[in-house]
Amino acid sequence: MQVNENKEFRPLIVAFCCNWCSYAGADLAGTNRMNYPADVKIIRVPCSCRVNPMFILRAFQRGADGVIMCGCHPGDCHYTSGNYFARRRMTLLFSMLDFLGIEKERTRVEWVSAAEGAKFAATMNEFVETVTKLGENKRLEDLRCKKQ
Amino acid sequence: MQEAVINRAKELLADGTVNRVAGWKTGEFSFDTTPAVFTSAEELDADFVYNDFCAPNLSKYLVKESRKEGKLLVFLKPCDTYSFNQLVKEHRILRENVYVIGVECTGKVDAETVKLKGIKGITSMESDGENVTIHTLYGNKVLPKSETLGTKCATCKSKKHVAYDELIGNDGEVDEESKRFEVVEKLEAMTPDERYEFWRGELSRCIRCNACRNVCPACTCESCVFDNPDSGIAQKAAADSFEENMFHIIRAFHVTGRCTDCGECTRVCPQNIPLHLLNRKYIKDINKFYGDFQAGADTISKAPLNDYTFGDCEPSIVYSRGGNE
Repeated sequence: MQVNENKEFRPLIVAFCCNWCSYAGADLAGTNRMNYPADVKIIRVPCSCRVNPMFILRAFQRGADGVIMCGCHPGDCHYTSGNYFARRRMTLLFSMLDFLGIEKERTRVEWVSAAEGAKFAATMNEFVETVTKLGENKRLEDLRCKKQ
Repeated sequence: MQEAVINRAKELLADGTVNRVAGWKTGEFSFDTTPAVFTSAEELDADFVYNDFCAPNLSKYLVKESRKEGKLLVFLKPCDTYSFNQLVKEHRILRENVYVIGVECTGKVDAETVKLKGIKGITSMESDGENVTIHTLYGNKVLPKSETLGTKCATCKSKKHVAYDELIGNDGEVDEESKRFEVVEKLEAMTPDERYEFWRGELSRCIRCNACRNVCPACTCESCVFDNPDSGIAQKAAADSFEENMFHIIRAFHVTGRCTDCGECTRVCPQNIPLHLLNRKYIKDINKFYGDFQAGADTISKAPLNDYTFGDCEPSIVYSRGGNE
């Protein structure tokens, strides 16, 4: 039996979603039957601030082609200020990835509230499309972790 | 200068203000000074040096030394005082156990810079403050001191001591015109492909000796993420380009907002990787996005990553900025 006959490139996207807003937003997108690609793998985190820059690199190491972080809108953080810290951290990290010559389009931060199911689906569609155009992640890959 | 420094150290040892002195002594070569702790006037006379080759930053040693019994005298150059301040701010140095003497610095000679000029077989070097005489197996050579400075001194940001109990020599000024971001700007102007090639060329030389981490005055964690045996990256050479990238991104990120730009990482790198460029990129970004910030300039300000404002720029600024920046 042959699985995966379709050799067309499908990216692997890791989405870090905060428990209070974006994860609920993703839920809403689901219950509303909105389409977004199955390439997006969601990892639930208690707060966007929980995302250590190392998580993002680790996701790339394990074969992600794009990483997106979603959190509550600034000002709406369940823990008052978590996303403000996350915002500074991610800005600097992404700027550094760009400095090292790694495509900056592979990383993104988006603020999605629990009521924005439509925004979640639209964001994911758009992000997957961008990463699909970029193709496989070659510049920040760990060959040992590649699926054969 | 050296005489004045030794005499003052002897005085403070004799009157019991301090019981140890942290300074420099000559290592294997005359241009290769190494940090040392002295406990008596005889030791000071025999080994203590302070000259144009004393580049090592002594502030990190105070983390352990200031927790020992008795007070310690330490000599700090202007850039070292920034690291010192930063460590005091993080409660890593017990300030009351340290007596700081700020020493004047006019830039330090770096043997690597001399070697890069194609001078081989160096046996010793002397500096008179203006010119550096280099003795090699193939004869002597004289270079102006300005051409032999290490990277950290060639782009010196400040000759002002920000923390001291007393000063020997003159205090300088913060150099507002410092060209320290010039190379970062040059890299930013390249295309992503060129940058990628540049960093692959540099980082692929990394042998993961961890010298940059060990010497960094901002890296003072008791247990380090890179020593975690479960991480798969501990105590071994980077296996592929990913590990090289990851090590250097994380190393630089862990000191973001706390790096005083002392340049020790690049100075100790046995492979001459310009590691300070990564730190400077972060410093430049912080200055641009969150307002000018110099780590270690004082002991009260909040570090940029421990702080936020409601109006901070969004991470999308990285995509929207034009050109190849």
